[in-house]
This record gives sequence, structure tokens and C-alpha cells, in this order.
Amino acid sequence: MNDLLILLIKASVIYGGLLGTAALMTLAERKFSAWMQYRIGPNRVGPFGLLQPLADGVKFIFKEEVVPDGANPWLFRMAPMMAAVPAMLTVAVVPFAGGDIVLFGQNFGQLSITDLDIGVLFMLAIGGLGVYGVILGGWSSNSKYSLLGGLRASAQMISYELSLILVVLSIVAMSGTLDLRGIVAEQTGTWLLLPAWNVFQQPLAFVLFVIATFAETNRHPFDFAECEPELVGGFHTEYSSMKFALFFLGEYCAMVVMACLTTVLFLGGPEVPYWADAPWFLQLVAFMVKAGIFLFLFIWVRWTLPRFRFDQLMHLGWKVFLPLALANLFLTGLLVSF
Amino acid sequence: MTETHLFEWAPTTPADLGLDQDDPLHGELLKLNVGPQHPATHGVLRLRITLDGETIHDCDPVVGYLHRGKEKTCESLGWRKFFVHTDRLDYVQPLLNNCAYALALEKLAGIEAPERAQEIRVLLMEISRIMAHLIYLGTTAIDLGAVTMFFLTFKERERAYDLLDAYTGHRMNNTYVRIGGVYADIDEDVARAMRSWLSEMPAKIDEFEALLTGNRIWYDRNKNVGILTTEDCFAWSLTGPNMRGSGCALDLRKDEPYSGYQEYDFEVPVGTIGDSYDRYLVRVEEMRQSVRIALQALDRLEKSRGDEFLLEDRHYVLPPKQRVHESMEELIFQFKIITDMSLPKGEAYHAVESSKGELGFFLASDGTSEPVRCHIRAPGLMNVQAVPLLARGRLLSDLMAIIGSLDFVMGEVDR
Repeated sequence: MNDLLILLIKASVIYGGLLGTAALMTLAERKFSAWMQYRIGPNRVGPFGLLQPLADGVKFIFKEEVVPDGANPWLFRMAPMMAAVPAMLTVAVVPFAGGDIVLFGQNFGQLSITDLDIGVLFMLAIGGLGVYGVILGGWSSNSKYSLLGGLRASAQMISYELSLILVVLSIVAMSGTLDLRGIVAEQTGTWLLLPAWNVFQQPLAFVLFVIATFAETNRHPFDFAECEPELVGGFHTEYSSMKFALFFLGEYCAMVVMACLTTVLFLGGPEVPYWADAPWFLQLVAFMVKAGIFLFLFIWVRWTLPRFRFDQLMHLGWKVFLPLALANLFLTGLLVSF
Repeated sequence: MTETHLFEWAPTTPADLGLDQDDPLHGELLKLNVGPQHPATHGVLRLRITLDGETIHDCDPVVGYLHRGKEKTCESLGWRKFFVHTDRLDYVQPLLNNCAYALALEKLAGIEAPERAQEIRVLLMEISRIMAHLIYLGTTAIDLGAVTMFFLTFKERERAYDLLDAYTGHRMNNTYVRIGGVYADIDEDVARAMRSWLSEMPAKIDEFEALLTGNRIWYDRNKNVGILTTEDCFAWSLTGPNMRGSGCALDLRKDEPYSGYQEYDFEVPVGTIGDSYDRYLVRVEEMRQSVRIALQALDRLEKSRGDEFLLEDRHYVLPPKQRVHESMEELIFQFKIITDMSLPKGEAYHAVESSKGELGFFLASDGTSEPVRCHIRAPGLMNVQAVPLLARGRLLSDLMAIIGSLDFVMGEVDR
């Protein structure tokens, strides 16, 4: 079969999976929060409310599109796309399973859309673009609350992204490659009887990285750009209909992608513990379970903790995370070179 | 015709306000309108805020969006029928408002409710206080992002509503207190259910505290935010938990006891520096103390079972319906009270310790059935007054912690 066709099939499967997961996450968010709060959650649409995301989507499509007076018409329409597209793009380099996939006597190659040898860089670079959607959406709405939300998003970004990248650098230093598959390969086998995952070899980096992902995805307790009690809806106060839905799709896609990235960087990606050459579908299941843990963590934290103040995140980012990440990188560098 | 509205930038420049204009940190000031429809203003409070970046330069509360003319309504409705309206003042604690009004009326009439009625009132007042503090805890937590807290506290509040429903027949707006007592005696089953709820409460409060008190984010958001000194409290007439948070142990239940509070064993918690965190701790502890008082009241009610709960005073208290059907005099009394109940000429002020502070009713009567004046000293209004004092120079996010911790209900503020 021709390579382009195979690529198209893989891309549609992976993007379908990403969007499906993001849609299911909206349901999971509501279900889990309901269970934490003595409620039942959506259960009217489909069995156990499983079709609720579909119903929500239909509702969003038929809602009226409102563009506020005085809003910048181009940027106002561009911003939701700018928020959603980068999050979806980054999934292209995630290795969901190792080994070639052979189905119906046809070799489809490895389960990822592409294998970039600068995968980590690509994910961080493109993922970091998502914040522009938030900033521009807040700025172009011609609303003071949105403006404040956008400003907070930019202030937030500079305070966590530096530590995030320093943390990733220490992983890169350990595995000596920017290729995600290379990082996964580095984590196979065992280390002190444990799987040789970076979560055990780099515990501090893991903690810092997980906290930074919450900020990266604009999730509670760092959702200052949204911050409904203070800024009503923050950057998306003025958005309605599918434009609003796109922001949410972007947020949930970013969550899924960050969960995937955490899995790849710290939990050995698709590796089944103590079984390096497991069949590809078991690896895929292992990957989904690992990423699922982080997705649940996103929900769990959101419905448990109060929200930080945005200057407290900056304090955390600059005065706590940055020195820790630097020290971690320094130590890793020492250990790697000697 | 559509008109394009652009940002309404503040007409003042930083230089007008004494800020260094060349400092790049101070740009133009932003005027922000918060409310009356805003998720964190606890009702229909409107705040006009001048922001310098995210720092609040000035804050100007605008009240009155829920003004329903309660005080004037009292003048036209008469003494008896105003009870219904006291429910709607601070609508998270209707029975406490009922009791406060009844006590003021009784002071003016020169009568006192029987022992058992007072015990029932103490029980109802303390349950109301717990319910009001639960609202405080839930809404303040939701303002600071802990959404689940809101549901945890509201579940407990829901159980309290069920208890009040079992006793009074209403969940909210109970109107169950009368001049000279309460409308009906408390049932043994209801008392038992109340006891079981109250004895479970301390464990629930521990659960709330486990989520918040030691939580570093909660601590950072509240500690040293909105510091209120005792002098500020005196200057701005702040009372209740807000004043106690600043270290001044003023509690009308101890200082000017009413309804037999002097016979109950409880403590008045006080804070140290008067920040939002202290006010939070004071309210949580007050809930525990209220549970103590309410349990003591239930013990007393057990002993006084069968005693009268409504005064036999035919000037102010309606005769039982059955007797009205049987006796000519009772019919006349009923007619007189309903059409033309007058209070002796004079003035009276009675204040109780409500969940928000000193809730007082000032009543003036000229001896006829028409009230001359009913003034309500609503603690919430004073609490709103302190918002600018505490918000100036703080960040916009702190405003939510400040509003939440000052704890006011707009139904009472606007009246």
C-alpha cells in the first residue's frame, strides 16, 4: 500500500482518538466531579450519559454566534483556532506503541504519525503557541474581563515555561536525544529492580513537570486566565457557540497531549513493565492506562484544591521551580558526564 | 442601529493619583465594573473598581439593587405581619431574624417568652447560625476555586433544611417565631433528628477543615489578606465574626445575654491579626460552639417537655383556633389582634448576635397599631462598608477572598 495512504489512515485514527478522548474527558470531568460532590452527573443522553459530549457538540453548533461590538473581527475569530490547533498538532509525534503494526497482512509501520528526531522540541514549541490563542482572544474581545484574563495568561506563561523546559532538558541530558522514541528506548529495562523509567530516576523533575503541565494547560489550580469568580469567564467571557467550544477542545486536547508527553518522558511511554517486547496492542493499552492516570489527576486536582493567585504562581515559578529545575539539571549533567 | 462601544478608560491619569508617570509599571488606570451580576459578589452587590494593572487602586461599593423597602413595609403592615418580611432580610438564617424581631417586640411590649419558648429559640438561632456559616464556608471556598467545598457544605445545609421543614413545614422563610413564644412546640421525633444531625456536625466540620485549614493554597490566599484591626472595626461599626477575627471578643450572647444565653456553656473564639484566614477560623470554631449550644438547648427541651411554649397573653398572642370557635372572648381577642394589635407607646432597641454581627431592631410605637418606625441595624451593611478599606492596594484576586470573608447577604444589606 502506498505510504501516503498509510499515513492518512494513521493520522485519522490518531486524531480521531485524540478528539474522542478530549470529548470523553469533558464527560469524565463532569462525572468525576459529580461523584466527588454527592451528585450523579449527566446520565440522560445514551447509556450512563456516554453520548453527552455529542449532545453538547450539537448544542454548541446551534448556539448563536455573538461577536461583541468593538471586537477585532479577525483576531476574535482566529483566537479559538489558535488555541485549538497547536494542541492537536503536537500529538503527531507521540509514540503510542513501539514495534511495527501488522494488521490484515499489511505492515503499517509504527503507531505514531511521524517520528521527528526533535520530537520534544516540537511538542514544547508548538504546545507553547496555544497561549497566543488565549492572549489574543482576551485582547480582541473588547471586554475588560477578557483583557485581564489574557494578561494573566501571558504573565503565567513566562513564569512556568522556563522551568518546564529546564526539567525536560534534564531528561534530554539523560537520554542524549530529543527524539521521543529515543527517550522511550532509554527507559526500557530495569533499574534497581524497578522499571528504568525516569519517574524513578528523576523524581524531582517528575514532580516539577507534572505541576508545570497544570500551568501549561491552564488547568486548575492555575486557571487564572479563566478564573470564573474574579473574571467571570476570563479570556472566553465574550465567546459563544463553536468558538467557545474550540477553546474547550483546545484545553482538553492540551490535557491529553500533556498526559501523553508525561507518559513518554517519565513513565517509559508504551513500555509494559518488565516485558520489553510485548505486542503492540498491549503497549497501546499500557500507554493509555498511564496517560489515563494523569488525565484523572487533572480532574481530581481541579475538584479538590482552591485556586492560586496569579502572583503566587509567578513566585512559585521563579523562586521555587526555577532554582530546583536548575539544580536538577546541574546534578543530572554531573551524573551524565561522570 | 448599532453603536460601537469601546473601552471606557478611566479619565484620571496616574499622575492625578500621585503615581509616578514615568514608571512603566503604572500605565493607564482601568475602571472595572464588578456586579451587580457577577459570580463572586454574593448577590447583587456592585463594585466600581479602579485598577492599576491588577492592583486595586480604589473600590466603591454600590448597594441598593435588592432594596425592597422592608422598613417602610413594617410601617404599613403593622407589627404582626412584618414577621414574614424579617425572613427575607438575611435569607440564609430566617429563624434568627424572626427571633431578633420577636425579642425587640417583646421588649417594647414588656413581656417575656416562657422558658421553653426561649430554649426552642436558642436551638433555632444556633441551627440558623450553623446554616449561615455553612453558606459562608461554601461560597467563600467557591470564590477561591474550591468548588467541591460548596457541595459538601450544602449537603449539610440540606439536612438542616429537612429538619426545619420537619419542624416548621417550610425549608426557607419559616416565620415560626411569634411574639411571646413560637408557633408550635417542637416534636420529639424532630428533636431527636436534630440531635443526630448536630452530633454528626463536628466530624463534618473536621472534614471541611481537612480540605481547607492546612491547605497551603487556601492559607496563602487568605493569610495576611484583608487585615482588619480592632480600631477599624470600631470605626466602621463592624461586629460579629469579623470583629472577633481581629481579636476583640465582643459577642452579644455573652455581653448582653438574651433568651437565657447566660445559662449555656460556650466559648467565644477570637482571632489574632484579623485577616481573612482568622475570620475563617473564627467562623469554623463558631460552628462547633453553636453545635454545643444547640445540644445543650436540646437537653433543656427534654426536661421542659410539656411546658407552655407560647405566652397566654391575649393582647399579643393569638388564642388557639379551637378556642376561638368555642368562646366569644377568644373570638374577640383574635379579631383585635389580627385587625388592630397595638404596642405600648415608646421605643425599644434589641440586638442579637446574628451570624454576621449585631442584628438589631429599633422599634418606635405611638401606642396605636401602626408602627412609627422600624429600623433594622443590619450587620451586613457595615460589613460591605469595610470592602474598600480592605481592598485598596490589594490584587483583584484578593478582592474575592475579602468579600467572601466579610460575609454579607445582600437581602439584609439592601433591606
